[in-house]
Amino acid sequence: MSLDLNNATFWGYRRENGRMGVRNHVIILPIDDISNAAAEAVANNIKGSMALPHPYGRLQFGADLDLHFRTLIGTGANPNVAAVVVIGIEDGWTQKIVDGIAKTGKPVIGFGIELHGDHDTIMRASKAAKEYVHWATELQREEAPIKELWVSTKCGESDTTSGCGSNPTVGNAFDKLYEQGNTLLFGETSEITGGEHLVADRCRDDEVRKQFMFMFDRYQEMIEQHKTSDLSDSQPTKGNIAGGLTTIEEKALGNIQKIGKKCVVDGVLDKAEEPTGPGLWFMDSSSAAAEMVTLCGAAGYAVHLFPTGQGNIIGNPIVPVIKICANPRTVRTMSEHVDVDVSGLLSREMSPDDAGDALLEMTLRTANGRNTAAEALGHNEFVLTRLYESA
Amino acid sequence: MIHFVVHDENDSVGVVVVEGVKAGDEMSGWIMDQDKEITFKASGDIPIGHKLAIRPLAEGDTVIKYGVDIGRVVADVGTGEHAHVHNIKTKRW
Repeated sequence: MSLDLNNATFWGYRRENGRMGVRNHVIILPIDDISNAAAEAVANNIKGSMALPHPYGRLQFGADLDLHFRTLIGTGANPNVAAVVVIGIEDGWTQKIVDGIAKTGKPVIGFGIELHGDHDTIMRASKAAKEYVHWATELQREEAPIKELWVSTKCGESDTTSGCGSNPTVGNAFDKLYEQGNTLLFGETSEITGGEHLVADRCRDDEVRKQFMFMFDRYQEMIEQHKTSDLSDSQPTKGNIAGGLTTIEEKALGNIQKIGKKCVVDGVLDKAEEPTGPGLWFMDSSSAAAEMVTLCGAAGYAVHLFPTGQGNIIGNPIVPVIKICANPRTVRTMSEHVDVDVSGLLSREMSPDDAGDALLEMTLRTANGRNTAAEALGHNEFVLTRLYESA
Repeated sequence: MIHFVVHDENDSVGVVVVEGVKAGDEMSGWIMDQDKEITFKASGDIPIGHKLAIRPLAEGDTVIKYGVDIGRVVADVGTGEHAHVHNIKTKRW
């Protein structure tokens, strides 16, 4: 029996700004590399809290700094996060992140380490984190229509089975969610190379098309400027090539199966930028899995659909990442990483509609609280995108 | 049993979707867009996920998959032969 999406609901956490989250994390967010130790100490002290360490945040400037701030604020603002303790080396930037997250109305507090040292900062931040955990763990899930679920997608360690199996499964699910009025997202600017005309054709109007082509051309120029070869070891990756993908064009055509056959590209976003309404959004982004999913989380997405062929094992600390795979060998050899097995598509034992429904069903179960393979295995890849060198 | 799939009947290549295809194996292929079946004999061992040519491809030809250009042929490929980085290259970058 096919899934009745018109009446489908999920149980999530209604946040202060109205958004629905599907997880209830209390996060300890360092602003910079040297605050990781304090953040991790706090998370170690307070069970039920989680630190998000990362290697950046010093001497960045211009657009690169804007992206850093936008990603950290967006991560704290994500509806899967109940409350945030921010820690930075000094008060100025710390307060900037706190103020950004506070716009959502959720509990957030910041601590600067200078003039206090790690010990005192860890003690005060731990006390705050403990209160947040007490508060967050009493929040109850409530029911909401499926359209309130923000869903992003990006594929990884793709092979040819991605293009004919797992990616069209996401496409089928996206077509169905689009009809429900969900807020959807795809990106991976470089991995559209060879299929950019197909995405341009799907744009809502000339303005959106112009914005998409601007992002696409900008990325191509960046690659042209820095490349030392035809990128045949990087794009496609060694894993892609081992899996049978030969050229970036072939990879791209498989990649864009994820936007289905009917969805319209309604708007274009910069990295980590939050969409302003429902529909399908294109976000300019790296095609590296952990970077892209981190950017999706920062843009406010609550669940991520991740098709893989050869077996990418990525997860994210705040966004559940659902793995879909159609390669029977990967399903057999890496079963602990696969949430939805659609290998039946390639043996004609499963129809695209059945595969799409199986994925949607798993998406709802995940939203309701089922831990994904990546969550159960502890994959917490939080990776910030850098645009250029520090000052 | 399906051994390989083809997206569109005008494509140059199909994708092996089972493990252990050996030279000389009779293979059944499913053309997904037109829902047709074709059969071929494998000209060499082809790993799962890798492509085979479903028509002869000459050096300089454009390779079509999904009905779209995915690159150029840099060494001739016979029908049923393994088609990959040794005989196909990107036209970009």
